[in-house]
Amino acid sequence: MEIAVLLKPVPDPAQYDKIQIDPATGILVREGLKTVINPEDKHALEAALQLKEQYGGRVALIGMAPASAVETFREGLAMGAEEAFLCSDRAFAGADSLATSRVLAAAVKKAGPFDLVLSGSTSADGGTAHVPSQVGELLGFAHLTHVIQFEIGSDGLASVRTKMENGYRESRGRLPLVLGIRRELNTPRYISLMGIMAAQGKPVHVWSLDDLGLDKGKVGLAGSPTQPGKLYQPDMKRKGEVLQGEAWEVAQRLVGIFRSTGILG
Amino acid sequence: MAEKRLAIWVVVEQNQGKLASVSIEVLGQAARLVETASALSGGVAVVLLGDQVGDLAEELSAYGVDQVYWVDDPRLKHYQNDSYSGVLQRLVEREKPDILLFGATGAGEELAPTLAARLSTGLAAHCTGLDVNADGQLVMKVPAFGGRVLGEIFCPNTRPQMASIKPGTFTVPQRRAGRGEIVREDASSLLLDTDIRLTTVDVLQSEPLGLPLEKADVVIAGGYGMGSKKNWGLLEQLAAELQGAVGCTRPALDEGWTAGEHTMIGTSGKTVRPKVYLGCGISGAAHHAAGIKDSGVIINVNRDALAPAHAYSDYCVTADAKKVVEALLEEIRRTKNEKRGR
Ligand SMILES: Cc1cc2nc3c(=O)[nH]c(=O)nc-3n(C[C@H](O)[C@H](O)[C@H](O)COP(=O)(O)OP(=O)(O)OC[C@H]3O[C@@H](n4cnc5c(N)ncnc54)[C@H](O)[C@@H]3O)c2cc1C
Ligand SMILES: Cc1cc2nc3c(=O)[nH]c(=O)nc-3n(C[C@H](O)[C@H](O)[C@H](O)COP(=O)(O)OP(=O)(O)OC[C@H]3O[C@@H](n4cnc5c(N)ncnc54)[C@H](O)[C@@H]3O)c2cc1C
Repeated sequence: MEIAVLLKPVPDPAQYDKIQIDPATGILVREGLKTVINPEDKHALEAALQLKEQYGGRVALIGMAPASAVETFREGLAMGAEEAFLCSDRAFAGADSLATSRVLAAAVKKAGPFDLVLSGSTSADGGTAHVPSQVGELLGFAHLTHVIQFEIGSDGLASVRTKMENGYRESRGRLPLVLGIRRELNTPRYISLMGIMAAQGKPVHVWSLDDLGLDKGKVGLAGSPTQPGKLYQPDMKRKGEVLQGEAWEVAQRLVGIFRSTGILG
Repeated sequence: MAEKRLAIWVVVEQNQGKLASVSIEVLGQAARLVETASALSGGVAVVLLGDQVGDLAEELSAYGVDQVYWVDDPRLKHYQNDSYSGVLQRLVEREKPDILLFGATGAGEELAPTLAARLSTGLAAHCTGLDVNADGQLVMKVPAFGGRVLGEIFCPNTRPQMASIKPGTFTVPQRRAGRGEIVREDASSLLLDTDIRLTTVDVLQSEPLGLPLEKADVVIAGGYGMGSKKNWGLLEQLAAELQGAVGCTRPALDEGWTAGEHTMIGTSGKTVRPKVYLGCGISGAAHHAAGIKDSGVIINVNRDALAPAHAYSDYCVTADAKKVVEALLEEIRRTKNEKRGR
């Protein structure tokens, strides 16, 4: 089975509390944040590696990111993917989900053909959850997202369970498919030392706008139907009155507060 | 009478004959926009897809809706992206609304980006605010980095302007007097069998037991600092005494202490707005905080005086959460007994 995994390098979500907006320029300050594989994409990659173990074939990583993100793709190769395709061009900067999906779909076509495209369901940074569906549309593949369980038979028939509010939905369809994976699906494997060594010898292809044959007006900020305005940080600050004393004293104060809000008679 | 232009469409969601609450929440915003935005002219329409859902069309028409586009067909019984997006695409291309709104549910998060790609237009994800500026453009406020950052998004050059809204972001509006017109569309011209590549074979939805978090006046939320499943039981006792509900952070969920994923609060979970929120052993990451910011009174108990959660609290307690919860239980029970004794 030929499988593409969409892998997005993101700033480490454990450090988002350090992100600031520069009040003078309104620009996002995220210096010093480590770049990691988007957490859900590791679950997508794990699923792909398991299918490869079951059916044979190859797993390719595909992403759009600055060229400096090569190391993040090496991590994915160390987990067990065969090769990586990194789409990197100044023209791609500032892309919204549709402009991003155009680049990713073009790369999937060029690197393919693939039977299956797996992605995370939501990125940790932008987090729109649009990309799996939009890549599916642009490729002309059927697609499902928020996938929490799936099986693909040797006949290419897939049964896919997607998460819904208070439950799930079970769908059936044929490959090729794009599936957006949630973290409930599996537990990603650890990277082994052997894997890290093997990854050094695996190919990382870097593709530009011209390599992909895309129109400059369809990618990056210029090709994005959504345009960003002001950025700001939500002001959540409250009065922060400190309740001091022994636990029983604090409890008495809290009961008083509960009473005054009417939640306790 | 001149026909009223329908500027804003809300794509509503029904599951097994029940309207999703988020659809009504979104309708409230649509009605607010047409009433308050002077640069926007026109009314509100909803699009309802399903199988024998005429009664829902009636129900919807009472929320400040000018028109209900109702498409009924056995093939639309369950949501499926292929069939639903086929119908919606044809309707939108025919009627050309300015604005198209969705609930960001499991289904909505497939349907909205699918349509945006087919229509080559912009979609803003998980809006926490919607307004119309002086030029009549929709200003969509969206979160990123787990809620740490908010950004404005515009869709200047293409139509419709599309936006999705998560459940619980806005409150449910009141029903109103007056009814919208219900227009039953001909499903056979809007839905083609060739649209359908995927079939829904099963849908399982069940309301979790107990008071839903988003309806509770009191939310007792616990985090990793609660330390054990045994200590978690104290939170459940406290919620029971206060007739509230217990919520959790992702680490507490992952530890297996909680009643399940439906109790997680934050960017990837529920949004709550109780009268009182009490956080116990929660650090206050942006991912969690984004789900509680509209609460009435926010109290946090954390043994670390510098925990970020204290910064967004009305009241802060720097102490062991287990001890405070135990003392609180004792105090509440004591005062209840005293009352009874009187
Ligand atoms: C503050 C802010 C707000 C934004 N709001 C919007 C908005 O409302 N609408 C909009 O269209 N865009 C928006 N964007 C831009 C959007 O986040 C980017 O376009 C991003 O490149 C792709 O979307 P995502 O990260 O949201 O992906 P998601 O759709 O959340 O990602 C799902 C999966 O798709 C794959 N994927 C996504 N991007 C890549 C990539 N570059 N390389 C490889 N795989 C990838 C990954 O597998 C990922 O797990 C916003 C950005 C910011 C900073
Ligand atoms: C993509 C993504 C999405 C996410 N979505 C969500 C989400 O929707 N909701 C969510 O909650 N999280 C979410 N998270 C996780 C989030 O980033 C934080 O890791 C999480 O909210 C922290 O949970 P916590 O406060 O319970 O644990 P910790 O951050 O470990 O904090 C524990 C706190 O307890 C305190 N403590 C320890 N012992 C005691 C004691 N005895 N008494 C009192 N205090 C004590 C500590 O001082 C500390 O502040 C998400 C993460 C990612 C990457």
